[in-house]
Amino acid sequence: MGDDAALVDRLRAGDEAAFAELVRRYQGRLLRLAEATVGSRALAQEVTQDTWLAVVRGVDRFEGRSSLATWLFHILLNRARSAARREERAGRPDETVGEQFDARGAWVTPPQPWAERVEDRLVARQLAGRVQELLGELPEVQRQVVVLRDVEGLPASEVGELLGVSDGNQRVLLHRGRARLRELLTREMVDS
Amino acid sequence: MRFRRRRRELVCREAVALMADYLDGRLDARDDARLRRHLAGCPHCSEYLAQLRATIDALGHAEPDALPDEALDELVNLYRRWQSDRGDG
Repeated sequence: MGDDAALVDRLRAGDEAAFAELVRRYQGRLLRLAEATVGSRALAQEVTQDTWLAVVRGVDRFEGRSSLATWLFHILLNRARSAARREERAGRPDETVGEQFDARGAWVTPPQPWAERVEDRLVARQLAGRVQELLGELPEVQRQVVVLRDVEGLPASEVGELLGVSDGNQRVLLHRGRARLRELLTREMVDS
Repeated sequence: MRFRRRRRELVCREAVALMADYLDGRLDARDDARLRRHLAGCPHCSEYLAQLRATIDALGHAEPDALPDEALDELVNLYRRWQSDRGDG
C-alpha cells in the first residue's frame, strides 16, 4: 500500500495512531499466517503480539528494501517458528494426494464436475470463505506455502527466502497443497 | 539418436503430474503441447484442471478475518505498555 512508508515514519516518531492503523491493515493477515504456521488460533495470537512488539522495537531497521508486508511476515515467521518449537508440536504427516489412477494411468474415479458452478458469483464467494477454513487441513509447510503464494500472492523467490525452502521443494508443496484443497472442496461441492 | 521416436500420448496420471508446472507457466514447449493435446480429448483432466484453477482463484479471494475492536484495543494497550516501559527504563 502506498502510504505504508509514511505510517512507518510516524511509528518511528512514536505515533500511536500510526501503530493502530498498521494493526488495522495487517493484523488479519499476520494472524492468518501465524495460524498457518503454529496450527492453533490461541498460540497464533500470542505470536502476533510478539511480532508487533518486535516491529515497534525494530522499526528503525526497516529499510524499505522489501515491502512492509514481507518484512512483517519475516518477523512473524521467526517468532512463529520459535513458538512452535516451544510447543514442540509434532508436524502432521504429509498426506498424499488422493487422486487414483489404474495401472494404465487412467482415472479410477474421474473428478466429479463442479468447476462450472463457480461462474456463479455467490458460489465463488462461498468457496473463497470455505477454502480459508480448509487450509487448516493441510500439513504445516504446505499451508505456509499456499498462504504466501496463493492467498498473499507473493512471488516464489520471496516465499523461498521467507520459508527457507528450495525452489523445487516449494513447487511440490504448493502443488500438493492446491491438490489437497481441490479434493476437499470437491467433497463439499458435490455434497451440497 | 537418428530416429527420434514420436512421443506417445500422455495418460491421465501424467497429465495431472504436469499441471503444476503448466499453471506456473513452466512447462517446456513439447510438454506444453502434449498436455494441451491430452486436455483437448479428456473431459476428466480438463475438469480437474478447471477445479485446480477455481481453487487457486478462491484462495486469491480469501479475506482475512475482520479485526475485532477488542483485538485492536489489546494491541494498542500493548504498545502503550511498551512505550511507558521504555520511558521508565
